[in-house]
Amino acid sequence: MSTPTTPLWEVFIRSRTGLAHKHVGSLHAADATLAVQAARDLYTRRGEGNSVWVVPSSAITASDPNDKGMMFDPADSKVYRHPTFYEVPDEVGHM
Amino acid sequence: MYTGSITVADTPLLRYVLSRADDALVLGHRLSEWCGHAPVLEEDMALSNMALDLIGQARALYTYAAEVEGAGRDEDAYAYLRDVTSYANLLLVEQPNGDFAQTIVRQLLFSAFIDPYWRALMTSSDPTLAAIAAKAEKESAYHLRHASEWTVRLGDGTPESHERAQQALDTLWPFTGELFTVPAGDRGLIDAGVAVDPETLRAPWRATVARVVERATLTLPADGWMQRGGREGRHSEHLGHLLSDLQYLQRAFPGATW
Repeated sequence: MSTPTTPLWEVFIRSRTGLAHKHVGSLHAADATLAVQAARDLYTRRGEGNSVWVVPSSAITASDPNDKGMMFDPADSKVYRHPTFYEVPDEVGHM
Repeated sequence: MYTGSITVADTPLLRYVLSRADDALVLGHRLSEWCGHAPVLEEDMALSNMALDLIGQARALYTYAAEVEGAGRDEDAYAYLRDVTSYANLLLVEQPNGDFAQTIVRQLLFSAFIDPYWRALMTSSDPTLAAIAAKAEKESAYHLRHASEWTVRLGDGTPESHERAQQALDTLWPFTGELFTVPAGDRGLIDAGVAVDPETLRAPWRATVARVVERATLTLPADGWMQRGGREGRHSEHLGHLLSDLQYLQRAFPGATW
């Protein structure tokens, strides 16, 4: 139920120390404190994380879908930007 | 087909463990009644999560009760095959959900008590109880935070939510005196360091509740007549209905699994 008193919040969870917070979904809550609580209750029930961020959805500025071509297509032809041209020793592990 | 009720041995430790398990099961069942009915999806999940925490605590305690009794029973026997008068939970936890405010205030009043209770029980001379308490305390700490934050927002919210929260506080207050009663059998366990003397938690409990109530701009009710009897199996009219719901399946189809 979305009302002016329960705005939308975006939820980010960090699954392990050292990794980045990742967007997992959204929820409605009256304020930041309740949003963190609701995020914990909705998105960490199966041990998904050890840290939660919530951000008001209204604070997010998104790219315009109509600009997709201009924004993202030029990167398609620059394969040399991918770090795939050298060997990573097994001992390095996760990068 | 009907399965008769069981009669459990009447020893202080068994009675004590069962009474704490009953608190957890009955409150857990009450919260589970919100599943699919809460005012918003977020709270539907939150209340169901808490219900599962409490039912998990009940399972651990009933399993320990089975070990203490040594009569070859399992957790299900205590939950499903005891009648109302054998249940020893507090009257507070069996009170109906009412509106969202009443559920939240009931959770606040109970969690503000049980959280420090579990913390104190972590040093019990009984290692099983100490281990159960250590796990339960983390859960009850969150229940207390959740209920506190919601009480503040209901009390300090709209005129209607304020009135409903105050109504809930006034309705449930007479059931809080029982939190601090010590059944005759518990005294020896307290002296032996197995159980916690609830009287030592009265001041911290009151301070916690008063702090939340003040933030919520609510009024702490005056201490008047306090209801009691749950620990002795004298319950309000509500528990029988709750148990008929809870026990129906195992009574009608003994040993049913799925």
